[in-house]
Amino acid sequence: MKRAPIKPSIPERSEDPRVEVALTVNGQDVRRTVSVRILLSDFLRHELGLTGTHVGCEHGVCGCCTVHIDGKAGRSCLTLAVQANGCEIRTIEDVAAEDGALHPIQQAFKECHALQCGFCTPGMVMNILSRFEESEPLDLSENGIRDMLSGNLCRCTGYINIIAAVRRAAELLGRE
Amino acid sequence: MKPPLFRYQAPRTLREAISALSSDADAMVLAGGQSLMPALNFRAANPSMLVDIQHVQGLKGIIIENGNILIKAMTRHRELELDPNVRRANPLVAEIMQHVAHVPIRNRGTVVGSLCHADPSAEMPLLFVLLDGTLVAQGPNGTREIPAEQFFHSFLTTTRKQDEIVSAARLPALPVGAGWAFDEVTRRHGDYALVGVGCVFQFDESGRAHGMRLAACGISDRPIRLKAAEAALNGTSLASDDLDAAVHASLDAVTQSDDMNTSISYRQRVLGALIRRLVATASQRVQKRSTQ
Repeated sequence: MKRAPIKPSIPERSEDPRVEVALTVNGQDVRRTVSVRILLSDFLRHELGLTGTHVGCEHGVCGCCTVHIDGKAGRSCLTLAVQANGCEIRTIEDVAAEDGALHPIQQAFKECHALQCGFCTPGMVMNILSRFEESEPLDLSENGIRDMLSGNLCRCTGYINIIAAVRRAAELLGRE
Repeated sequence: MKPPLFRYQAPRTLREAISALSSDADAMVLAGGQSLMPALNFRAANPSMLVDIQHVQGLKGIIIENGNILIKAMTRHRELELDPNVRRANPLVAEIMQHVAHVPIRNRGTVVGSLCHADPSAEMPLLFVLLDGTLVAQGPNGTREIPAEQFFHSFLTTTRKQDEIVSAARLPALPVGAGWAFDEVTRRHGDYALVGVGCVFQFDESGRAHGMRLAACGISDRPIRLKAAEAALNGTSLASDDLDAAVHASLDAVTQSDDMNTSISYRQRVLGALIRRLVATASQRVQKRSTQ
């Protein structure tokens, strides 16, 4: 069997077409020239160093990479950075106050022990936050909360404490 | 970097978008990306160029006119789900939306994109087949309107031509007094359906069903009307014998072979159970609506 020849050197630049994107991330204007195929999740993590947005499955199932795109929760792994051109992005880094005081949803997660390893938590928080910020009425029944969380996978907690945290967050935010 | 190499264009007008598509036989349209981006990340799709239509003028919004809901190409699932006028015109839409993935996916994914993706287990194609919706396709040679039943060809395949863009989809409102229902069986909430069934009909003055529409997804290579079951129920009082006959008549429609999810015989049982359940639900809603 003939073996593939070893290439003399790795090309310094990829053949990717590059494009300039300008967007707002956590209130700050950002401008970068990136490959057209970089995912928003990788853009946030590798280009901007915002590693709070986690990357799990990279095909939209686990929900870890959830961020706000123009005020609504969306999967950053199912969005190209170039699609977010001109958009307002909000990530988990923007949720706590500048002095470090936790947002009521984060406070509720802490109080209810709604995280163990914490890998899914940023996506959970961004998803829940988006629903609390929507003008639609919230269904805070057991089933309603389970439906709200159904697009976010957690492999540690069994969800019970996360459901409790959503209820607690609703109390803290006066949304009952 | 998960997606394969591609070129990218973000045209501002439909004409530019169509000409970009016609310039390259391997170009694909990118709208909300909630089906295409996973396919790219898996490298199951390998387009030479993506034509991103999100900035194209005139492709946003929902218009209700002449008993139809016109859904433009960049309208997200969640917009259609929450629109109060759509809820009034066609309450089946909000019911069916509860089964489409999860809210963060519905925030980004477009209704027309889901129709063009044409997954045989997906809910939006079923809705359009159930209610005889149409798709407005625009290409270099003009515009044509394609009935949903002719649009869905087979697994992930439609009769849209490579150089056409579906600029909108037209969904009829529910007939006045009609009952409606949708439900599906999935392994996990938000997944594609193993089997999903939609049902719409009215009662005539003597209490017999007419205008019966039944459609199913997940049982074939595309969403299909269950015409034999409809015929078995039209003109009847929906007695238990009539339902037995309808369920029996529907079984041949299941052609999706055994796969990693389940078997033909399980799909047939689920289909039968859903038909019985949904005819009952829809029938309660007809009565409720007519007594108001």
